[in-house]
Amino acid sequence: MSLTDDMKAGLQAPICLTWELTYACNLQCVHCLSSSGRRDPRELTTTEAEAVIDEIQRMQVFYVNIGGGEPTIRPDFWHLIDYCVDHDVGVKFSTNGSRIDPRVARELARSDYVDIQISIDGADAATNDHVRGEGSFATALTAMDHLADADFGEFKISVVMTRHNIGQLDQFADLAHRYGAQLRLTRFRPSGRGAATWHELHPSDQQQRDLYHWLLDRPDVLTGDSFFHLSALGEALPGLNLCGAGRVVCLVDPVGDVYACPFVLHDDFKAGNVRDEGGFERVWRNSELFAGLREPQSAGACASCGEFDACQGGCMAAKFFTGIPLDGPDPECVNGYGEELVAAAAGATRPLVGADHSRPSPVKFLGRR
Amino acid sequence: MGCVGSTEPSMKFDIDRAYRLNDRVALRPEPFGALAYHYGNRRLNFLRAHDLVTVIESLAEHETVRSAFDAAGIAGPRRPAFEKALASLAESDFLVAT
Ligand code: SF4
Ligand code: SF4
Repeated sequence: MSLTDDMKAGLQAPICLTWELTYACNLQCVHCLSSSGRRDPRELTTTEAEAVIDEIQRMQVFYVNIGGGEPTIRPDFWHLIDYCVDHDVGVKFSTNGSRIDPRVARELARSDYVDIQISIDGADAATNDHVRGEGSFATALTAMDHLADADFGEFKISVVMTRHNIGQLDQFADLAHRYGAQLRLTRFRPSGRGAATWHELHPSDQQQRDLYHWLLDRPDVLTGDSFFHLSALGEALPGLNLCGAGRVVCLVDPVGDVYACPFVLHDDFKAGNVRDEGGFERVWRNSELFAGLREPQSAGACASCGEFDACQGGCMAAKFFTGIPLDGPDPECVNGYGEELVAAAAGATRPLVGADHSRPSPVKFLGRR
Repeated sequence: MGCVGSTEPSMKFDIDRAYRLNDRVALRPEPFGALAYHYGNRRLNFLRAHDLVTVIESLAEHETVRSAFDAAGIAGPRRPAFEKALASLAESDFLVAT
């Protein structure tokens, strides 16, 4: 058995557990995977959140990726971070930077077990703010300045790759270098509000190829192994090349619902809730949904493709939200098989995005640029 | 500190020395063996054989790695593979010489 086969069969606990602490956010990014904006009144209380941490400590989930929404908006955010660290659970949290002031930065610099990821989606204000909202680039850079001033060390700069920013790869690398930060590039999936903006923002075929070669030359750039569908272009990208949903990856959302991955906030991929009897452990180990995802999957329409071993048919979330069957090709299949299917599915009833917490003011998308 | 070209014996993995699991490393049992996580450098290692896990857990009780191998019955062609696995764990600070 290869390592990939071991991973496919599922683990005793996730390797990559994402925990979104709140749906509240001060921004309204047009591609937000969790359609965040307003807090949900059913969000886990501090005591319930502590119980989740106790449980993942018992299960030896060694670290969590905390996100939201903007997680730092929760009044008990810093307490929960401390609680994690005190319970052998390392933390990496994603933030838009709005709450990282000099004092917070100094506080964070003191812990070895807390890692920070600041999100930007453009290497300049115009490109970034187009997607993340006005002033958000300046806010993120100010947070980075504070972390640098506090000698935090190597934080992460996280970028979702879109049609507008793939041309800025070198600028992102320079920016990270200037801050002594690590660059992390991840794939844009049509999840949450991203479903509505995907057609506008997802990279072109040529851009995917450029990105692939750029990444091959820079193995130190982190990707969360999210571009494995590009491994079909030739040499495999480093990392675990498979869809980890329900196998090594899962999401706990702010109300405690457990989904197969952060990019499939939809009832079809909801495995249970941490408030249910048996808690998270029972959901992870015994839910029907996860058991199904750990079964050998059919290669479906990709079976005849010579690249299947490398690409594994791509991302389940990307297929689902573009209306492609789950055993079909990825919508961004490098051989172009996805495009036709996306076109065919347009107009047909596409799955609705689940749990939408966008603020009532309509999201203003600034259109093509 | 030796020069870059030298193979400083104390730095090299040596199966005739004693090692133990770093205190900052935790092992999680998995169907294929165990997952090892280092809280300090945040690295993850897949230990993909059950007797590899047994050997690692028993290291602290042995004067040498060799004797831990003998006790766990790691012999013949498997020994070099195990030695390599332990050497790489030592290199990434998962194991420390005692
Ligand atoms: S046909 Fe399927 S396996 Fe082949 S490259 Fe496209 S998505 Fe990947
Ligand atoms: S569904 Fe997509 S984003 Fe989620 S784990 Fe699978 S490949 Fe990754």
